[in-house]
Amino acid sequence: MPGTRQLMRLATAGSVDDGKSTLIGRLLLDAKLLLEDTLDAMHRAGTNGTPDLAAITDGLRAEREQGITIDVAYRYFTTPNRSFIIADTPGHERYTRNMVTGASTAHLAVILIDARNGIIEQSRRHTAISSLLGIRHLVAAVNKMDLVDWDEGRFREIESEFGSLAERLGVEDAHAIPISALKGDNVVERGDAAWYDGPPLLEHLEQVDVASDRGAGPLRLPVQWVIRPEDGGRGERRYAGQMAGGTLRPGDEVVVLPGGSHTTVTAIEQLDEQLESAAPPDSIAVQIADDLDVGRGDLIARVEDAPAGGRELETTLCWLATAPLRPGDRFTLKHTTRTVRATVDSIEALLDVATLERVDPPAELQLNDIARVVLRTSADLYADPYDQNRTTGAFILIDDHTNDTVAAGLVREVRPGEAHSHRSPDVTWHESGLERKERWARLGTHGATFWLTGLPASGKSTIAARLERRLVEAGRPAYLLDGDNVRHGLSGDLGFSPGDRRENIRRVAHVARLMADSGAVAIVSLVSPSARDRALARELHEAARVPFIEVYVDTPVEVCAQRDPKGLYARARAGEVRDFTGISAPYDAPENPEILVHGAEEDVDAAAARLLEELEKHGPERGSPAFD
Amino acid sequence: MSAPEHLHALESEAIHIMREVAAELERPVLMFSGGKDSIVLLRLAEKAFRPGPFPFPVLHVDTGHNFPEVLEYRDRRVQELGEKLIVAKVQDTIDAGRAHDEWDPRKPGSSRNRLQTITLLDALEEHRFDAAFGGARRDEERARAKERVFSFRDELGQWDPRAQRPELWNLYNGRIRRGEHVRVFPISNWTELDVWRYIEREELELPSIYFAHPREVFQHDGMLLAVSEHVDPGRAERETASVRYRTVGDMTITGAVRSDAADIPTVVAEIAATRVTERGETRADDRTSEAAMEDRKRMGYF
Repeated sequence: MPGTRQLMRLATAGSVDDGKSTLIGRLLLDAKLLLEDTLDAMHRAGTNGTPDLAAITDGLRAEREQGITIDVAYRYFTTPNRSFIIADTPGHERYTRNMVTGASTAHLAVILIDARNGIIEQSRRHTAISSLLGIRHLVAAVNKMDLVDWDEGRFREIESEFGSLAERLGVEDAHAIPISALKGDNVVERGDAAWYDGPPLLEHLEQVDVASDRGAGPLRLPVQWVIRPEDGGRGERRYAGQMAGGTLRPGDEVVVLPGGSHTTVTAIEQLDEQLESAAPPDSIAVQIADDLDVGRGDLIARVEDAPAGGRELETTLCWLATAPLRPGDRFTLKHTTRTVRATVDSIEALLDVATLERVDPPAELQLNDIARVVLRTSADLYADPYDQNRTTGAFILIDDHTNDTVAAGLVREVRPGEAHSHRSPDVTWHESGLERKERWARLGTHGATFWLTGLPASGKSTIAARLERRLVEAGRPAYLLDGDNVRHGLSGDLGFSPGDRRENIRRVAHVARLMADSGAVAIVSLVSPSARDRALARELHEAARVPFIEVYVDTPVEVCAQRDPKGLYARARAGEVRDFTGISAPYDAPENPEILVHGAEEDVDAAAARLLEELEKHGPERGSPAFD
Repeated sequence: MSAPEHLHALESEAIHIMREVAAELERPVLMFSGGKDSIVLLRLAEKAFRPGPFPFPVLHVDTGHNFPEVLEYRDRRVQELGEKLIVAKVQDTIDAGRAHDEWDPRKPGSSRNRLQTITLLDALEEHRFDAAFGGARRDEERARAKERVFSFRDELGQWDPRAQRPELWNLYNGRIRRGEHVRVFPISNWTELDVWRYIEREELELPSIYFAHPREVFQHDGMLLAVSEHVDPGRAERETASVRYRTVGDMTITGAVRSDAADIPTVVAEIAATRVTERGETRADDRTSEAAMEDRKRMGYF
């Protein structure tokens, strides 16, 4: 039945010498899957009337010229039971990165072994990488059996060695099949060797059970895209993504990470279809019962088996770039649909690519190295160990200068980590050789940070904007860092959980401090409800001896709710917005702010004037500590 | 739990890819030729983004040699969807002196195929598109077997087979520099038969030329070309035959196949039994040389 045909992705590994391209050519030829013009090309490339089976797979001109396969090539074929996608990967050690790429999505790996050579270093490497990348079905295609006269003893020897190799690597399903790709024995058609009673390769590929665990395991749905129906559209927002684990049904109680809010999935849909359930690899859209701030990079999971979040990742890293990797290097890390910054904390051990055993750590990683590496990230990641989930346990590292994908990462463990200790000990502050005193004096300015805190709609931003205008009109460099604005870029990857709010404040505080250090007046307007987080911002400035002026805009919550320019209070009171400061989340009023503004009574201009006055107290003429 | 059926798995993968591009690139565009592959792309875009609007417009590079049935289909389909259509005309490129017409109606086999590249790159630049969805599949041609789903092009629209990024898991890296763009092929892993089965499953309407119809044709270089205002058969023998098209390109270079298959199930049955690849049979442009496709891709061909 064509309608129920399964999709199987397989990776083939081996070198030209092992006859890999010939095997694939043979598979397609004998399964009658080659079309006439392709056959013609194969015959044209061959000699003496024998088709060149490898000609079908060697695609790019450079490869044809060099006679080697240098990149992952994808082939397709279909039998009555299955559709196959072959990721054909080159064998040489120099191309480990291609093998990793091909293996990353494969259900099964076919490893080519030359019967004359038996299991060599390269076969071990291919087997090890397959197991590392989570492939649970391995086939050793023991090729060129015709050149060893179909010697059963030779085959059994290789079979047994391959079996113990797979067992040591934890792969339970491993088979060896004696073949001759050139002659066609045991590829599609059964061969002459009577002693082999197993199936030919193709029959085996059709039988392997690759998808029996669909929908098993904890629920994982990374939010990829928010669908916002146009005005007059059919109502609510949808959160779209591809199922990465478990089974989701309408009515399920879920938690949205990193925010941590709980809600109920009310509908699962695809276009006009309402689905009863969803499981990997379904691409779906869901509706939820509550109006939460859910966006790309969030993860929908179940409360009882949600992954633990953290910023310290214990990983296995496959290094794919020619430039070396060193501790302290920084990258962009992409995990599911979430992108964060990551710093290499340490290289713990290099792995022997043939055995996966640990070797002493090198100072740096070279192209094709596989190693245990500890990374620290700028925000919490919610990941699973790779051996439990190949989607939520995988990530890539991107080089910010070249934009290249430079590493394939497998998560081993996620640890909470210290939120503020990303800095490698090797990173030191770089002095520009220009002292602040001279900088400010020559520019005729003096820097400071205003930190306006208060409830949403308390009037912070209005006062901040007025202050900014007054300063700039007076010729002073000043810049408003508005809470809403920084969340578009600087903190675009953050949500509203306490952890993310803290990270947001940390980032804004650092930016403000740098701006103030440059001589500008940084004006921060942020709800910043946590006294602890604000203390952190203050400490940061005091440590750098940059003036920090905290302004508490104290406006009664009733007044704020009445103003409510974005309608958020109304929705929070209706329970539609969770974790809303002043309604459903706490606000710690500052005890000793530099300035207290009564937002309900005081005129904006008067407030701005008082802030300017305060700024002058911190000016150079008044012997600010910055000028000591 | 049953295993994912293969069309379903391919569909899910393609939707995922389209959403990634919409989320990570600033100004995507969907290349629409009126052909079956790009019709499938439109369906996948509906599945990825409805009930919201498409986060990109639809772009058609019009050589002036399209089948009228295809243009009619294009306008109707885009209007039905309520999305924005941009038409970039090769004629405008020629009129602006940016290219010399290589087409001569008295020389069957001559076409504006190469010129499309210039028009396309101009359109991408004019609208500052940084990502363009295309309906190319890896099974179409050997050189495409190694094309990535995200295929990076430099400022000149060129493809360097050695400078492509590894694509691991479903983690696509869409980072580009200003001026560069990426071609994205969501149905890379589909075969011709998959496309037809999907059209059948989704009950998608196709331009009428995909089904058997009588047409005046003539033999040229092993292909059946249609007689039209764009192609003059000269002294070649003309006949009216029942034909359909397997691919939709320009009238000047797209060959018809003899067929009586008048609906999707019979076309699917014919394709399943066919012994010649789609491009080998019906695209004169690919048969020029072994490395024809690779060369054109390096130049920025879609």
